[in-house]
Amino acid sequence: MSPADTLRFASRAALGYPLRSALMVLAMSIGVAAVVMLTALGDGARRYVVEEFSALGANLLIVLPGRTETGGVNPGSFVSSTPRDLTNDDAAALLRLPLVRRVAPLTVGNSEISVGGRLREVLVVGTSADYLDIRGFKVASGQFLPREDFGRATAVAVIGETIRAELFGNQNAIGRMIRLGDRRLRVIGIMGPAGRGLGMNSDELVLVPVATAQAMFNTNALFRIMVETRGREALAPAQRQLEELLRARREGELDFTVITQDAVLGTFDRILGALTLGVAGIAAISLAVAGILVMNVMLVAVTQRTGEIGLLKALGASARAIRLAFLAEAGLLSLAGALAGFALGHAGAWLIRLLFPALPAWPPDWAVAAAVGTALTTGLLFGVMPARRAAALDPVQALMKR
Amino acid sequence: MAQIELDGINRSFQLGDSEVHALRDVSLRIEAGEYVAVMGPSGSGKSTLLNLLGLLDRPNAGHYRLEGRDVTTLSADEQAAVRSARIGFVFQSFHLVPRLTAAENVALPLMLAGIPAHERSTRVARALHDFGLEARAHHRPDELSGGQRQRVAIARATIMRPAMLLADEPTGNLDRATGQEVTALLEELNAAGMTLIVVTHDPTMGERARRRVLMEDGAIRQDLRRGVEPA
Ligand SMILES: Nc1ncnc2c1ncn2[C@@H]1O[C@H](COP(=O)(O)OP(=O)(O)OP(=O)(O)O)[C@@H](O)[C@H]1O
Ligand SMILES: [Mg+2]
Repeated sequence: MSPADTLRFASRAALGYPLRSALMVLAMSIGVAAVVMLTALGDGARRYVVEEFSALGANLLIVLPGRTETGGVNPGSFVSSTPRDLTNDDAAALLRLPLVRRVAPLTVGNSEISVGGRLREVLVVGTSADYLDIRGFKVASGQFLPREDFGRATAVAVIGETIRAELFGNQNAIGRMIRLGDRRLRVIGIMGPAGRGLGMNSDELVLVPVATAQAMFNTNALFRIMVETRGREALAPAQRQLEELLRARREGELDFTVITQDAVLGTFDRILGALTLGVAGIAAISLAVAGILVMNVMLVAVTQRTGEIGLLKALGASARAIRLAFLAEAGLLSLAGALAGFALGHAGAWLIRLLFPALPAWPPDWAVAAAVGTALTTGLLFGVMPARRAAALDPVQALMKR
Repeated sequence: MAQIELDGINRSFQLGDSEVHALRDVSLRIEAGEYVAVMGPSGSGKSTLLNLLGLLDRPNAGHYRLEGRDVTTLSADEQAAVRSARIGFVFQSFHLVPRLTAAENVALPLMLAGIPAHERSTRVARALHDFGLEARAHHRPDELSGGQRQRVAIARATIMRPAMLLADEPTGNLDRATGQEVTALLEELNAAGMTLIVVTHDPTMGERARRRVLMEDGAIRQDLRRGVEPA
């Protein structure tokens, strides 16, 4: 029997039992679609986080108070009980390092903002003029925070677009006074739209000079210091210089942590990559289930067509021809399922992107290839046993069954 | 050398503890072109004999030479090749593949033998014409009458031009008139030179055969040739 005839015979057989075939295609397609969709979701999450961090701008070092290093005990952990705060003076000292281009100290807190009776809760970020460039934000109108000593508590604020729209509506906001917590501040600028990153939406922020925020929240401590180095190559030496300087400023104690954007990004990339793989693995279980269904359906097909198999043998079909015909049938049905699942999965990913535009939910190529490949392999693998059973049938017995 | 030579054939089936002897020490010679009716009561081993002749079954003991060649020792696939080239089967229940049209059913042996599609279609068209089935070529079995179905089955059995045609109660599922048509058709094929071996319960059909083999309890009780008195 020629390969073309085998395929034609198998496809006729598959079409001859539409319900059974449809069921099998459905099971296979659900398995493939699950892999495609879930990996799209996982990879989308990974890309989202990566983009989020990339939005921070390159060549960035972030200094946090406290030692949060994993990986064994270091001498510092015996000495200090409570870490010293990071202060504005620390930030100012860092700015004097030769390899450092920009420094933005950060103090963050929640407060109430009110203008003429309109009131809402906002996230207040106390920082400095460099923050704009470090984060790659844009000012839509007016100006950003003034370049000045980190210790000066100037009574000005830059507000996000959403805040402006809610508080001022169509009126001009620049130059107007707002009440933020217990302070009266003058609005000097409006942030441009869609500046985003690290879970902070610049549309909903109020930015004030760092000393103003510290006075408001009654603290001297900084939440973070963001440091931009002069170029990518300067990242590692700058980190060393920075650590030396800060350590010197705190009597030799290393009670702070410096993280690089790359390290954070790498960690997230790894975690979410593993997550995607795990999700793909879970989805692949549904493919295995589909494979077992393929086997069952094909076994039923063999039982259903026992008479036909006996006849084919009587007409001179070799065992191989019968085995190939049934294997081809399982393969064709799996292929149809894989293609349907591929389409279904892409449709699902499209729906996710439609519902969550922020999430770049595109199935990775490897996942699609793996899903379709696994479906075909599963179908053929689980088709072998029924095909062998068909080929091994005793023709006389098979012909007697009707 | 006879076309079919059976020597000391035994075939028994194990049914639980007991052994059923379907064929006991059967020896038989059939020449090419003969017309043999195999008759006998139910359970006497007629179908078992026919299955053995058609290489669908193997004897427990004895030898079967087909056209001078010992076929009992062939492998399953070698036997399949012999079936494909030399043997045609006609069954009581037609055994047509329900999802295939009449033409496709007739083409099955050609397809299994690997004959290319264009050659198949001319041969199938000729066969359908010969059996008066042209108008039914694209009908599926459930759209055909019993007689038409059996004619499709006979066309299929003979499309490879086999040396012998084995028919197990070919008229068993047909009414008298249709049965006679089918019998006439088989006799025509025999007249053209094909060995015809028919299992039948119908005495009138048996009468028409030139040779009658009467079976009883797995053994050949009588072997009658027309014009020759029983021994
Ligand atoms: N596969 C089998 N397993 C067990 N016993 C069998 C098997 N096939 C046939 N037999 C037995 O062998 C004997 C002969 O059976 P066979 O089918 O050849 O009879 P038959 O002459 O064709 O009968 P009928 O006229 O009813 O078709 C019977 O007793 C039957 O029960
Ligand atoms: Mg019988």
